[in-house]
Amino acid sequence: MSNDRLRDFSNTGIAGRLGVPRVPLLRRHEPGRPLLPGPALVSAVGAGRFAKPIGALVEESGQSVVESAGEDKLAAVVLDLTAAASLADLAAAQQILTPAVRKIAPSGRLLVLGPEPAEASTGEAAAVAQALDGLVRSIGKELRAGATANLLVVAADALPAAVDSSVRFFLSARSAYVDGQVVHVGVPVGAPQDPVGMDDPIDPDRPLAGRVAVVTGAARGIGAAIADTLARDGASIVAVDIPAAGENLAKVANRTAGVALQLDITAADAPERLLGHLRERHGGVDLVVHNAGITRDKLLANMDAARWDSVLAVNLAAQLRINDALLTDETVLREAGRIVCVSSQSGIAGNRGQTNYAASKAGIIGMVRAYAPRFAERGATINAVAPGFIETEMTQKMPLGTREAGRRVNSLRQGGLPVDVAETIGWLGQSSSGGVNGQVVRVCGQSILGA
Amino acid sequence: MAAKTRQTRQAAVIGGNRIPFARANGKYARASNLDMLTATLDGLVARYGLAGERLGEVVAGAVLKHSRDFNLTREAVLGSRLAPSTPAYDVQQACGTGLEAAIAVSNKIRLGQIESGVAGGVDTASDAPIAVNEDLRRILVALNGARSASARLKLLGKLRPGQIVPEIPQNSEPRTGLSMGEHAAITAKEWGVSREAQDELAAASHRHLAAAYDRGFFDDLVTPYLGVTRDDNLRPDSSVEKLAKLKPVFGRGEDATMTAGNSTPLTDGSALVLLGSDEWAAEHKLPVLAHFVDAETAAVDYVHGRDGLLTAPVYAVPRLLERNGLTLQDFDFYEIHEAFASTVLATLKAWEDPAFSKERLGLDSPLGSIDRSRLNVNGSSLAAGHPFAATGGRIVASLAKALHEKGSGRGLISICAAGGQGVVAILEAVK
Repeated sequence: MSNDRLRDFSNTGIAGRLGVPRVPLLRRHEPGRPLLPGPALVSAVGAGRFAKPIGALVEESGQSVVESAGEDKLAAVVLDLTAAASLADLAAAQQILTPAVRKIAPSGRLLVLGPEPAEASTGEAAAVAQALDGLVRSIGKELRAGATANLLVVAADALPAAVDSSVRFFLSARSAYVDGQVVHVGVPVGAPQDPVGMDDPIDPDRPLAGRVAVVTGAARGIGAAIADTLARDGASIVAVDIPAAGENLAKVANRTAGVALQLDITAADAPERLLGHLRERHGGVDLVVHNAGITRDKLLANMDAARWDSVLAVNLAAQLRINDALLTDETVLREAGRIVCVSSQSGIAGNRGQTNYAASKAGIIGMVRAYAPRFAERGATINAVAPGFIETEMTQKMPLGTREAGRRVNSLRQGGLPVDVAETIGWLGQSSSGGVNGQVVRVCGQSILGA
Repeated sequence: MAAKTRQTRQAAVIGGNRIPFARANGKYARASNLDMLTATLDGLVARYGLAGERLGEVVAGAVLKHSRDFNLTREAVLGSRLAPSTPAYDVQQACGTGLEAAIAVSNKIRLGQIESGVAGGVDTASDAPIAVNEDLRRILVALNGARSASARLKLLGKLRPGQIVPEIPQNSEPRTGLSMGEHAAITAKEWGVSREAQDELAAASHRHLAAAYDRGFFDDLVTPYLGVTRDDNLRPDSSVEKLAKLKPVFGRGEDATMTAGNSTPLTDGSALVLLGSDEWAAEHKLPVLAHFVDAETAAVDYVHGRDGLLTAPVYAVPRLLERNGLTLQDFDFYEIHEAFASTVLATLKAWEDPAFSKERLGLDSPLGSIDRSRLNVNGSSLAAGHPFAATGGRIVASLAKALHEKGSGRGLISICAAGGQGVVAILEAVK
């Protein structure tokens, strides 16, 4: 899908001699590969409660753990700052991070766990907690060669198990294009004991095994990649798209050994038909991915009602109605249900000529935040992913200048792939990701737009 | 008596899939029967989540068939996402092919020989099998068998320029030389079927089909193919007034009532239905739309006798009704294949006619008339088009869904076929 000629050229010997800045080749997930390709530095400032279980997680995956930076390149640096409360703690963090970032390997991972600023007991503690935001985002901009930096803000009463799936995601190649993100992790929703606990460890290669996943807009592009990726991770796929897209939809359904459901999600009876299908054919649903979306670009000055209405109807109204139906109905959304809505960078930063699209995609963010507590009551979560510049058929058709500008204005100096969005959805869709709710995760390579 | 005591069970219609039908030499001009049948099968597999599944049997056929397609249905299975261990065979009974295939599969299910199966058919009038000239063929066959160079040379000497003219399949009856439309025109005249009545039926077919598409009826019956999303013969704005302007193409003089508008066009397309036992459907969490109750075939002597080419269903239906203890009025839906509007109307007139019913059908009283509002309620061949072997699959799946939506009742299917044959069947809603 990626047709990034500059990236390909920049990785040749000639380009190196000419001094062309290298566009990194990102490490991406392949089933069977280990979590990390090399050793990880795992450290803490103060009485951090996560360093030890994360170290164990890394060792269990087959890699060694070091406590300070040495000669070897580091595949990952994990710093537990959840106990940091003073400027002295922050200074200690700098002392650990400075030698560590020098040793980060290509496509390496820097992951900081910090405290929730709102829970801080002193002004200084709150300042330090918030300082991590600026620190990590700046590291993201400093790192090169496809390395990323992300921050997990962890609630004081969250146990290590609550961050497990998030730590795995951010350390793994699955998060290749997720950079400079701040994700809040709380006490998992639903039953106090996570349904997939210690007795029933998740197969890291098939974390969605046994789960039924609906993907709207699945016939092509990012939606098809989502279906493929969730199926690869073990989910049974219900691929939904408008009847006119049925030919491609059937191909996606068949290659994922899933089911095709031709349905216009804007139809009045669409929620009823979708839920009926899920109830009768699958006995319920575990993961709903609201991916279907359209663009009808026009400057607001020239916008007609048809363009406005059709975009809002598909991108937002349909999601609202289906989510309401899932909340009202007691039989379809199962325990540990997960809703993931596809928002967009345009919804965060705005985009010229996309007032309708940006309004719908920003609306999704508002919807996710408002619905999060309501889904939590059901033991379910709702989150959004906001793709940045993703290489699709649509971006291939953009004028060269616009496309090049869109690709390069991020810390990874390239566009993402549909699979990058899909991997992020897969993480949020796991039963063990119940600690992440009402969040918006950007899949944008730390784009400067809207940041 | 052994056969009578054997336990039989219900055969369920679970669903169907077809590609939109396209007028010949149009959008599917370059698609072969195998291409279309495989795509239709894959669409069915996708709808019902059957990738990698071994089904009991796939039975389908085509009327216009290349010699290379001798094992058409099996090849389609091998090209599809079904398990390659799914057996398949071809059937061919002209326009009755699709329905006959469904009868074959449902009978095996009823007998417990298979748990599941797919039935239907495909036809292309565009990618037609053109054969070499018959004289040339004989020379080539002899050439293939010739043992000496001199024998071969002698045969080659028989080649003549005129032999380049190929054999093109004809839409005419081998024993009468008349086209199907000409035969239908004879029947239309015999029954006094008016031009107006035919045009009304045609307009209703278009109106019903368009409405069914608009309300999403075909969302889970049709999968787009080669960019076609709806039957391209469909004219949603068709009307009696517009149809009245068309010139007759079959029949002569004042009796010429049959036009391109009230006759089906040559069409390319494919349709399949998924059948199974109730248990198999439940195990696979699949819905049962209807039960396939019974079927009957009939044939008439249209060559030397008094019957019209397409009138065999007139005979098949009373026999089917009698066996099932039903009257013609005991149905909620009637699916009478619209080969020509006049065929449907002549069939209905025959069932209403006391003299005909007594003399020809051997009935004390006629079957009577039907509630026309129950006829072809979601459109039929005049609007959708008629790829010969695909029509049966289209009708079975659509009728089963209509019965499922209603939640009760039964439906009658009547399909006329070349060679003076007719295939009819009863479906019943699952309560």
